[in-house]
Amino acid sequence: MRALDRKLWRDLWHMRGQAVAIALVVMCGVATHVMFLSTLHALRDTQQGYYREYRFADVFVSLKRAPEALRERIAALPGVARADTRVVAPLRVDMPDFGEPVNALMVSLPAPGGLNALHLREGRLPAPERADEVVVSTPFAEAHGLHPGGRFHVILNGRRQALTVAGTALSPEFIQQMRPGSAFPDSKRYGVMWMERRALGQAYDLEGAFNDLAIGLAPGASAAAVMAAVDGLLERYGGLGAYARHDQRSHRFLSEELQQLGTLARLFPAMFLAVAAYLLNVVIGRLVTMQREQVATLKAFGYGNGAILAHYLKLVAAIAAAGIVAGVGLGHWLGGLLAGLYMDFYHFPWLRYTLEPLVVVQAAAVSLLAACAGAWAAVARVARLQPAQAMRPEPPARYRETLPERLGLKRWMSQPTRMIARHIGRRPLKSALAVVGIALGCGIILTGLFQRDTVGYMINVQFGMSQREDLSLSFTDPTAYRARFELAALPGIQRVEVFRAVPVRLKSGHLEYRTSIRGLESGGELQRLLDADLRPVALPAEGLLLTDHLGKRLGVKAGDRITVEVLEGARPRRDVVVAGLVKEYLGVSAYMDLAALNAFMREGPTISGAWLGVDRAQLAGLFERFKGIPRVAGVAERVQEIRAFNRVMDETMLFFTYVATVFAVVIAFGVIYNSARIALTERGRELASLRVLGFTRGEIAYILLGELAVLTLAAIPLGLVAGRWMCHYIASTMQNDLFRVPVVLAPQTYAFAVTVVLVSALLSGLAVRSRLDKLDLVAVLKTPE
Amino acid sequence: MNELAQAGRPIFEARGLTKVYEMGEVRVEALRGVDLDIHAGEFLVLLGPSGSGKSTLLNILGGLDVPTSGTVRYGDHDLTVDDDAAMTRYRRAHVGFVFQFYNLIPSLTARENVALVTEIADDPMRPEDALALVGLAHRLDHFPSQMSGGEQQRVAIARAVAKRPQVLLCDEPTGALDVHTGVMVLEVIARVNRELGTTTVVITHNAVIAGMADRVVHFGDGQVARIERNAVRQPASGLSW
Repeated sequence: MRALDRKLWRDLWHMRGQAVAIALVVMCGVATHVMFLSTLHALRDTQQGYYREYRFADVFVSLKRAPEALRERIAALPGVARADTRVVAPLRVDMPDFGEPVNALMVSLPAPGGLNALHLREGRLPAPERADEVVVSTPFAEAHGLHPGGRFHVILNGRRQALTVAGTALSPEFIQQMRPGSAFPDSKRYGVMWMERRALGQAYDLEGAFNDLAIGLAPGASAAAVMAAVDGLLERYGGLGAYARHDQRSHRFLSEELQQLGTLARLFPAMFLAVAAYLLNVVIGRLVTMQREQVATLKAFGYGNGAILAHYLKLVAAIAAAGIVAGVGLGHWLGGLLAGLYMDFYHFPWLRYTLEPLVVVQAAAVSLLAACAGAWAAVARVARLQPAQAMRPEPPARYRETLPERLGLKRWMSQPTRMIARHIGRRPLKSALAVVGIALGCGIILTGLFQRDTVGYMINVQFGMSQREDLSLSFTDPTAYRARFELAALPGIQRVEVFRAVPVRLKSGHLEYRTSIRGLESGGELQRLLDADLRPVALPAEGLLLTDHLGKRLGVKAGDRITVEVLEGARPRRDVVVAGLVKEYLGVSAYMDLAALNAFMREGPTISGAWLGVDRAQLAGLFERFKGIPRVAGVAERVQEIRAFNRVMDETMLFFTYVATVFAVVIAFGVIYNSARIALTERGRELASLRVLGFTRGEIAYILLGELAVLTLAAIPLGLVAGRWMCHYIASTMQNDLFRVPVVLAPQTYAFAVTVVLVSALLSGLAVRSRLDKLDLVAVLKTPE
Repeated sequence: MNELAQAGRPIFEARGLTKVYEMGEVRVEALRGVDLDIHAGEFLVLLGPSGSGKSTLLNILGGLDVPTSGTVRYGDHDLTVDDDAAMTRYRRAHVGFVFQFYNLIPSLTARENVALVTEIADDPMRPEDALALVGLAHRLDHFPSQMSGGEQQRVAIARAVAKRPQVLLCDEPTGALDVHTGVMVLEVIARVNRELGTTTVVITHNAVIAGMADRVVHFGDGQVARIERNAVRQPASGLSW
């Protein structure tokens, strides 16, 4: 080994504490990058492969009833590669040993080789002649412990029927299984099942007919053109309007999730790597500057600037490389865990998780570049000096009085205090950089935690202030208003508010959106609409209230007119004025006065369901009673919705939050510890001199740690502001139809970030303090600076 | 005065001092049995080549290091006990140091560098008076970077004497200075010794300086080779090298 390389390894060993701290920061940046991108790519690959191999359809449409003969005409439409007719029926399930309401979507089995094929996990498909056999979706089966041979009852078009599980399966169409109207999956209370087409058709009076259609497009075909043609053909059969894959619920949910993960996958590693790069740059720069004399000596021996530069680049590259290797390993491992979580959550049939060279190269390149740039600048600065000049002790640094002193505070400042102030003031840029580094460390802690706070807030607004019912109940078909009184008469029901829900297409200019209009009774307490300040809004007698996000999507505000196309019944189509916008963090809806909606639909007083306030003690009895009312399509309990919401958040977000927080803490600590260590190196001689003069350990620690304390305290408010700003940026990328994330940071979160910074400062202080106690007093007297 | 001082008990009494540094597998015997008394008010020069042990002795006298064996007392203080807090108190109360490379605090002005010490001393001079004593009354508010090496060393002397220490220990105080400035610094040291009666020990390998001393202790190979007494102390202004 060459002498210079030996020096490199010894220098590394000598500065191992700092080297490890820097490598840890690099590791966190690299690990985040590798973890997120590997997971993201694995999920995207899996999604695409799953869709392709199981022939996920491109266009979907539900309708009232059409003769099977129509299929040929649809299949013959230009752009249609394949059209599969189906029977689909929402129904109630009576699970043994589970008293609460359970709903399911029963779908006729896809034909062999047809669209939306099933991936069997257990058992087999139902035998063709067996009308009582079903395949149930794996998540539902798991939630209820169902296996082939298991039995339960369903209400098939008002008739109770026993079914036997033939198998369990996954479907690309139902990766996420959500009850209509619910934003989150709850496998215990909602599932999908498949049975023989003939048996299902008979039960729903759809023999030789269909009420649902899945279409596969020919390569290059326009989904819009096909949808328009299909809508034209199906209009007289009660078509509810075709929609493309991107509006399909399961796909939509998964895509939004993946998009959000994609955002985080770009944002977090970028932030972490940026902080790591920044730290590396500053620390390495200062380390090299400290070796000024060694550089001069090497030059005096005849080493060229290039050789010296290469030497220091090797030093930083070694540190960065250690961080990169550890980061890739850690990131790969964590990514595997994260991808596994997602695989369980989405019930993918498989997951292709690999470590992609490109991801590794990106992370490594950014880290190495940052490290080398920091070293480069510092080495160039030192190498410019003539050797003789550089070997001479540096002239005493220039200091001057600081602003607080000139303002007259000087007489209250002891000499050590003045030393602190002037040292900070002498190189304001360097001090500012240290403050920025600590502030960034503080800020990223907030970004790790803010999602939890925000979700808590969203739940509180959605389920505490807006949706306040105990149960929401939906009817199989539009029902006469008097059902309200029958519900009110049931024992245990304390309050009833009814609603009408109508599927619509809203249009404004070239913008349009498929959703439903909900007709509400005015003065409702169980379901309230909120304005931007979260105050309840009175329902206008005329006109629509839109979710603020929908207003944005359609580019309309209060007072504008939009076109409403109803997709059921007589299908009226008319312009309606937008009376106002309401604040909603989840979902996208439009609201109207119930009477006004009934009038719009040209129907008598009609409702689609009800919100109920109930005596919880009588809940079980109520569930039993609802089972006996055939018109009741489903009952959902609000607490279960909240639980489902929390479960989704826990399963997908908690891991991320945990990892991000741990990394942020490591980075914050790394920044602070390095600041302290560098300060010690820079001032060791000065402090040793003071010790010789009779200063105690405590007194010199005050000078060194006082500076660290000042910088840390200055960094904290800055870090909180910067962190909040970063949270705003993250939130701005999480505004979609499923949810809009506001920035809410709980006081505890701020407190946590501040505590981490303070504890890091304290630990760094203690570590440096123990080194202060070991200062070599004799050596400093013998050496020039 | 020297005669009078010698009549009393010595201010430092060192007996059989040894100091061994274990540097890895190498044993370095820096002191090999040193006996020395230093009297109050005395001006002592320790002379010897590099590695002869003079700095080690000075460090032990100054409370920066402890001997491996032997005894050394400063008045009632036992300087052989390795107790950091006690050593710090000792340095703080009794010893003034002057270093070869001044070791001023660059972020503090001349006055503040002196105040640094007077703020933690019991009965100090005013920093201004200490600086006047070294002829720097006109440079009170200058930072080290604004002063020449000689001026910086005089600030260091002012800082050392401002707390009215009983002992002034100077390690190569002129080592980094040219002749002219060096002489000026030595004059100040001699003046402090004369006017304040501070016991002064100066380390040097510059034999010319020995002429200023009451006694010259020659060091060699970790031992006191011989002690000379100057019949007449030469003024620093007469020195040249």
